[in-house]
Amino acid sequence: MAEPLVRALALAMLLAPGGWALAREAPPAAQDPVLEQRVMAISGELRCLVCQNQTIADSNAELAADLRKEVREKIRQGQSDREIIDFMVERYGDFVLYRPPFKATTLLLWLGPLLLLATGLTILFRRLAHPRVKGDVELTADERDRARRLLASKETGEG
Amino acid sequence: MNRFLLPVGIFAALVALLGVGLTLNPREVPSPLIGKAAPHFELPQLHDSAKTFSEKDMLGKVWVLNVWASWCVSCREEHPVLLDLAKSGAVPIYGLNYKDRRPEGLGWLKNMGDPYQISAFDADGRVGIDYGVYGVPETYVIDKRGVIRYKRIGPLTTEIVKEKVLPLVQELGRG
Amino acid sequence: MIPEIGQIALALALCLALSQAVLGLAGAARGDSAWMGAVRPAAQGQFVFVAIAFGCLTYAFVANDFTVTYVASNSNSALPLAYRVAGVWGGHEGSILLWILMLAVWTVGVTLFSRHLPDEMLSRVLGVMGLVSVGFLLFVLFTSNPFARVFPSPADGRDLNPLLQDPGMVLHPPMLYMGYVGFSVAFSFAVAALLSGRLDAAWARWSRPWTTTAWAFLTVGIALGSGWAYYELGWGGWWFWDPVENASFMPWLVGTGLIHSLAVTEKRGCFRSWTVLLAIVAFALSLLGTFLVRSGVLTSVHAFATDPARGVFILALLVVVIGGSLLLYVWRAPRIGLGGSFDIVSRESLLLVNNVMFAAAAGSVLLGTLYPLALDASGLGKISVGPPYFETVFVPLMAPALFLMGVAPFARWKKASLPELASRLRWALGAGLVAALALPFALGRWSPLVALGLLLATWIAASSVLQLYEKTRNAASGASAWARLRNTPRAHYGMLLAHFGVAVFVTGVTLVKGYESEKDVRMEPGDTTEIGGYTFRFDGARDVRGPNYVAARGTIKVTKNGQSVTTLYPEKRIYTVQNMPMTEAAIDPGFTRDLYVSLGESVSNSAWVVRVQHKPFIDWIWGGCLLMALGGALAASDRRYRFALKKERAEAYASAPAA
Repeated sequence: MAEPLVRALALAMLLAPGGWALAREAPPAAQDPVLEQRVMAISGELRCLVCQNQTIADSNAELAADLRKEVREKIRQGQSDREIIDFMVERYGDFVLYRPPFKATTLLLWLGPLLLLATGLTILFRRLAHPRVKGDVELTADERDRARRLLASKETGEG
Repeated sequence: MNRFLLPVGIFAALVALLGVGLTLNPREVPSPLIGKAAPHFELPQLHDSAKTFSEKDMLGKVWVLNVWASWCVSCREEHPVLLDLAKSGAVPIYGLNYKDRRPEGLGWLKNMGDPYQISAFDADGRVGIDYGVYGVPETYVIDKRGVIRYKRIGPLTTEIVKEKVLPLVQELGRG
Repeated sequence: MIPEIGQIALALALCLALSQAVLGLAGAARGDSAWMGAVRPAAQGQFVFVAIAFGCLTYAFVANDFTVTYVASNSNSALPLAYRVAGVWGGHEGSILLWILMLAVWTVGVTLFSRHLPDEMLSRVLGVMGLVSVGFLLFVLFTSNPFARVFPSPADGRDLNPLLQDPGMVLHPPMLYMGYVGFSVAFSFAVAALLSGRLDAAWARWSRPWTTTAWAFLTVGIALGSGWAYYELGWGGWWFWDPVENASFMPWLVGTGLIHSLAVTEKRGCFRSWTVLLAIVAFALSLLGTFLVRSGVLTSVHAFATDPARGVFILALLVVVIGGSLLLYVWRAPRIGLGGSFDIVSRESLLLVNNVMFAAAAGSVLLGTLYPLALDASGLGKISVGPPYFETVFVPLMAPALFLMGVAPFARWKKASLPELASRLRWALGAGLVAALALPFALGRWSPLVALGLLLATWIAASSVLQLYEKTRNAASGASAWARLRNTPRAHYGMLLAHFGVAVFVTGVTLVKGYESEKDVRMEPGDTTEIGGYTFRFDGARDVRGPNYVAARGTIKVTKNGQSVTTLYPEKRIYTVQNMPMTEAAIDPGFTRDLYVSLGESVSNSAWVVRVQHKPFIDWIWGGCLLMALGGALAASDRRYRFALKKERAEAYASAPAA
C-alpha cells in the first residue's frame, strides 16, 4: 500500500538537484566478491614475471591482469587451487611460484636456517660444557710492579 | 686452526658464486616447455580471419614460431634478422601476433616487411600464456613431431641465429 | 669548469687516502711517530677534497648543468630544487660518491674523537679506513665517474625517476649509508687489533661507541626506507624482503649481534676472536650489499642500472678487503687467546645465544637471497624466493631471541641461577601471558600468532620496566632511589630504551599483520564505504597540475560516527618527462591506526575504483625503530667512552704484552 508512495519518493530523490548526490554504499570493485577473494588468494601465490617482485595479485602489469583473468576463468570452470597453480607452473616453471616449492633442489633452502641454528647452538653448548681451561698466569717481578703502580693511581671511568 | 679457516672458506665459495652470477641474467625465466609438445592452438590468421592456423598444420616440418606485436619496441630490433632468415629459406617462420589489433598488426608488417609464412592472431593472449610468453618478442624452434626444442626470450640477433637456431634446425631436419 | 674541479678534487682525495693508508699502517708497524703524526692531517685532507668533489656535483645539479652526463640522466630543469639536490645520489655514480663522502665523514669523526686512543691503534684504524677509501675512490675514478661530460649537451635532462621525487629520497640514502659505512669503523678497529696482535677489553671499549652509533644510523636508515616504501608505492606494504632490502638488513642483524658481543668483550674480556670476526662480517655484508645493488646479479626494484663490469670491480674490492682481513684473521686469531670462563647459565652464555640466533638469521636471509642464483649457476633450475619463505623462516628464528632479550639483563655475569631468574621475572611473564590471552579479544579476534607477538612484546617491555624498578628498590648501598637512578650509566638506559623500542616494534608488526583490512570498491561521487569503523565518502576527482606532473586528484571525506576525521586527496599522477604513471596514496596517520586510501583505475567519467585500507598500530613499527636508534645513541654517548684515560696510562697499557 505504501508502494506508490515509496516509488514517488524514489523518483523525487533521483530527480533532486545534482548538488545532493544520492549517497549509497559503494559496491565492491569486483563483479563477484566471493569469487574474487579466491582469485586473489591464488594470485597471491603466483609471481608476476614482468615486475618479478610482486605477485600477480598486486601487480598492475598487463600480463598480471591476463593471468588473473585465467585464474578467474579456471575457478569458474570448477578447477581446484592445486590444478590452477600446476597449470601456471607447467607453462612458466617453478619461478612463477611465490613460495619456493619443497623439492629435492630446495631442501637446503628450507632446512638451511634450522641447520644453521642447530649447528650454531651445538658448537656453543659444546664449548660451554667443555671449556678449554686457562692455565694460571705467573707474574714476573716487573709485571707485579706495574700492576701495583696501576692499581695505586686513581681509578677513573671503570664501568 | 681449522675453525679459523672456515670464514675464509665460506667467503671464497660466496665470491665464486657471485662471480658466476655476473655472467647470468636474473630476469630470464627459462621455459619448462622445452622437450615437451607444443601446446595446441587454433587461431584465425592475421591476413584472413576466415582461415585458421594451428600447430598441427606443421607436423612433419621443422619450423620457427615468433611472437611479435606492433606495440613491441624490441621487435623492431630483431625484425631485420627475421627478414634475413626468411629470405635464406633455411626454415619457415610463422608469427604469433600477440595482444594486438588487426589493423595495427597488418600495418606494421606492411611497413616493416613480412617474414612470416602465416601470422596467427592471438587477440587476448591466451595462446601466449599457454606457451609461457611473458615478454615480447620470444621465439621457438619446433621439430617435426611438434616438440619445442629451443626458446629465445628477447630479440633475436644474428649471432643467436647463426650459433643456436640454424645448427639446431639443420640437426632437426636430418632426423 | 666546476665538474673538472670536482674531478681533480677526487684525484687529490685519492692521493691523500693513499698516504693515509700507507702512513697509518706502515707508520704503526715501524713505530714511526712522525709518520703516525701525519695520518690525522692526511685523513682530514681527504675529507676536504671529497667534500669539494661532492659540492661540485651538487652545484652541477642545482645549476642544471646538462653537459655532465650524470646530471642529464638524473635531473631536469623542471625538477624542484630539493630533488635536484637529492638527485645527486639518485643514480649509481652519485650514490658511490655519497658512500665515499660518508666514509670521509666517519674518518674525520675518528680523527676528532680519538684523543684517548694510543697512537699506534689510531694510526692503524685510520690506515685501514684509508685502504677502503682508496678502493672506492679507484672505483669511482675508473668505472663510475660522475663528472663525465657529454657534448653536445642535451637541451634538458631525462628527469629523476618519479618514485624518487620525494622527501624520503632526501633522508633515506644518507642515513642508510651513514650506517653501512659506519661499520667500516668497527671493521677497521678489528683489523687494527689483529694487526697489532693486541685484542683486549680496552679495544672493545674503544670500538663500542662507533659500532653502536653506526648501528643506530642503520636502524634509522632502514626504517626510513620502509616508511617511504609504505607511502610511496601506493599499496600499503612496508617490507618486501627484496634483495636490496635484505642487503641492508643483513648488516643490521650482524651489527646487532656485534654490539652485544662487544659488550661482553669489554666487560669480561671473552669472545674476543668471535667479536673480531663479527666486525669483519658486518662490514663484509655492507660491501656485499653494495655489490648486489649495482652488479645486476639479482633483480630488484631498487637496483641501479646494472653493469657487470662495475660488478667485477666491486667483487675484486670485496676479495681484497674481506678476503685480506679474513686471511689476517686466520693468521692472528689463534693468538688472541681466551678470556674469562663462564657458566652454561650466565649472562655471557645468554648473549652468546643471542649472537648465534642473529647470525643464523642473517645467514638465513643470505641463503634465501642468493639461493635462486646458486641454483641457476649450477644449472639446477630457476626458482624465486620471496616473502613467503622469509616470513616462514625468520619469525621462528627470532622468537626465541626476543624471549631471551627479557632474560639476559637479569642474568648475572659468569654464573646465573635459573631459579633466581624465574622468580625475579615472574611478574613480567605474567604480564606477557595476560596480554597474550586477553588483548587480542579486545582488538577483534584471537589468533595464536597475534598472541605470540603480544606475549613477546609485553614480556620484553615488562622486563625493561622491571629492571628499572629493581634499580630503585635494591637499597644495598643505602643511597636513595633517585641517586641510584642518576648514577646508573647512560649505557644502561640506552639498552632499556632500545629493548623497549623492540617491544614497540614487535607490537606494531603483530597488530598490523593480525588486524589490517582493505576493501576495493567502485565509487561514484557521493558513494560511501566503511572500514575499521570509519566511513569514507568519495567526492569526485578532478585534474590538477604539479611542477612536473599532471594528476587526477580524488577527494575523500572521512568520518567516524558522524564526526569528521579528515579529508584525504589520493592522486593518480603522470610525470610528463618520462611519461610515467604513479599512484600517490593519501594517508591519515594516527597513534593507533593509519587510514590508507589510493585510487585504482577510473571506470567511467566520474567513477573510480578506490582501495581503502585500515592499518592498526602500523606507526608503532617505525616508532619502535626510532626508539631503538635513540637507545643506541644514548648508549654510545655514555661518559665512560668519552672519558680519556690519562694519556700516559693509555700508553703504558698499550705497550704491555698482550693480556
